[in-house]
Amino acid sequence: MRTRGTPMKRNTALNHRMVAAVLCVAAAAATSGCERPPVETLQGGYRGLGMEQVINPRLDAKKAAHNQVPAAIPAAPAGGPPASTVYKNIQVLSDLNVAQFTRVMLAITQWVAPADQSCNYCHTSDMASDARYTKVVARRMLEMVRHVNADWKTHVADTGVTCYTCHRGNAVPQNVWFTDPGRSAESGLIAGNAGKNKPAPAIGLTALPYDPFTRFLLGDANIRVISNDALPDGNRSSIKQTDSTYALMISISQSLGVNCDFCHNTRSFAVWDASTPKRTTAWYGIRMVRDLNNQYLVPLTSHFPSSRLGILGDVAKVNCATCHQGLFKPLYGQSMAKDYPELLGHPSTSDAGSPPPPTAELVTPK
Amino acid sequence: MAEYQNIFTRVQIRGPAYLGVELPRGTWGRQGKGGFSHLLGRFGDAQIGPIYLGTTGLLSLLCGFISFEIIGLNMFASVHWNPVQFVRQLPWLALEPPAPANGLHFPRLQDGGWWLIAGFFLTSSVLLWWLRMYRRARALGMGTHVAWAFLSAIWLMLVLGIIRPVLMGSYGEAVPFGIFPHLDWTAAFSIRYGNLFYNPFHCLSIAFLYGSTLLFAMHGGTILAVSRLGGDRELEQIVDRGTAAERAALFWRWTMGFNATMESIHRWAWWFAVLCPLVGGIGILLTGTVVDNWYLWAVKHHVAPVYPHVFPPVVDPATLSGTPQ
Repeated sequence: MRTRGTPMKRNTALNHRMVAAVLCVAAAAATSGCERPPVETLQGGYRGLGMEQVINPRLDAKKAAHNQVPAAIPAAPAGGPPASTVYKNIQVLSDLNVAQFTRVMLAITQWVAPADQSCNYCHTSDMASDARYTKVVARRMLEMVRHVNADWKTHVADTGVTCYTCHRGNAVPQNVWFTDPGRSAESGLIAGNAGKNKPAPAIGLTALPYDPFTRFLLGDANIRVISNDALPDGNRSSIKQTDSTYALMISISQSLGVNCDFCHNTRSFAVWDASTPKRTTAWYGIRMVRDLNNQYLVPLTSHFPSSRLGILGDVAKVNCATCHQGLFKPLYGQSMAKDYPELLGHPSTSDAGSPPPPTAELVTPK
Repeated sequence: MAEYQNIFTRVQIRGPAYLGVELPRGTWGRQGKGGFSHLLGRFGDAQIGPIYLGTTGLLSLLCGFISFEIIGLNMFASVHWNPVQFVRQLPWLALEPPAPANGLHFPRLQDGGWWLIAGFFLTSSVLLWWLRMYRRARALGMGTHVAWAFLSAIWLMLVLGIIRPVLMGSYGEAVPFGIFPHLDWTAAFSIRYGNLFYNPFHCLSIAFLYGSTLLFAMHGGTILAVSRLGGDRELEQIVDRGTAAERAALFWRWTMGFNATMESIHRWAWWFAVLCPLVGGIGILLTGTVVDNWYLWAVKHHVAPVYPHVFPPVVDPATLSGTPQ
């Protein structure tokens, strides 16, 4: 037997180069999903709980550039004849005078209409005509903005919303969603994917269900899967249901640019008295989005040309990202609505899609 | 000496390949005459082969291959047989178990049937490999410690994949075959059952997992450190302590006041490794069957600490009258 104790010299230089190359590739692969520093953390809960928001000033600067509020159009003087007596076919905004009405039209043109089309995006040469679908849609959207500002103060508070909150100068807001049909129809004997397992940005590139929106923000499937008792009490929520809830929560996290513990104390996602007050705001937000999709967007489906519809012929719908666009308060919480009293509206008196303001009276939980 | 202060093994023994002890009658022969690989010798023994396949080994590989193909081809089909997308999306792709509504029935192939078949062959493959491991140890006149340690890992796999789903009455409770999907399943499982970190068996499992790595580092480090004094002759030093064993023991008595022996350190390591999946499996088995919310369980038994409130009281809006549901 002989012992070989030293490595072969002629291979040493080559080996070192190979090792260096492999290490470089490995380092690049290992860090490709990471965020480049600086990273700062902001404590949110009681010390020791790890309730921290992660802040990257470099990325925040980029976000800030995308979230500038345009200068307000000078306020319209009060008085003067109502717009409905001067213009024909006024169905909404009929409470405004001519100056206020014109101001809203001007604002919409800036906020929504493509620059090369201006008024013509919605109007034909006969301004009163409803020939263009965009005008019919815009009318209903104005009602929606007023509905949000008047009836959903539980979510938007006095900050309110305007067309710009979602549109940002785009005819169609950049963050809308359509029902994803998945791929079960054409598969034959091949296993279905259970509506999950493909990288989708809306759910943070996880392998969770890629369309939690149809289930929760159009339908009203139960989001809560965690039991309220330590021991089994008949809660049959499955892991797959939990996957859907998890996907919805990740989409909210992505839309708002926050971690789970912005709303939750993650030691218990379910328990309310351990959560932050933001969770209540989000709870109303989910109901608001559900309301807007069902009362305002879905009924408009037949007005849109097919090029504006999804694969299944469904209308573009809203989720948290539509307004929030990566910020926990859209436009950093700067209120544009206060400069546009024309868009504030009055609380609805009918029941359709307009819940009465909640009271603090406790009732039996469902 | 410097021989041991290296990342890679620097000593390679070269001689005629060792072909092993005589095999019992009625078994297959070993295949190959054995060769040497310098590169592999830097990590382990330079001698490669001869190998023993045997009936159980062959069947195990066959079952494993069938399972691998069912999973892989379904994944490949899910990207419409596009090889580029298959590589790009591979971490996301999965073969999903049946929907929860299916219960314990055998579903259509596309609705989870493939998952059950793949699971059957994977389980068969692993159990056959266990049998092979047990029988090879017996054939060599060894103890069967390695086989029982492997069975502990198999226990955890079977709890996750079949035993708990059957107890819960739904294959839909089981884990998908896929890289990210099985990780997402793990997180969803913890969320559904109110935070698995409050499951005491999960705590024990983590302690044994981290403990295993600690013991491994302590033992490996100690033996390498005293190898220059003959410490790598561990088995002899169990009964005939030389200066290596004495120094290693003294080192740990000095640094932490207590030391294992050349024999007992291996019992520590084996038990830590075995207990990690063993208690982990118990923790999974109790989840959903006996305990439905581990956080509330921990509160009930005064395990979870109470923290001061820093926010105004937050009430579930669903319990307020007049709110949308």
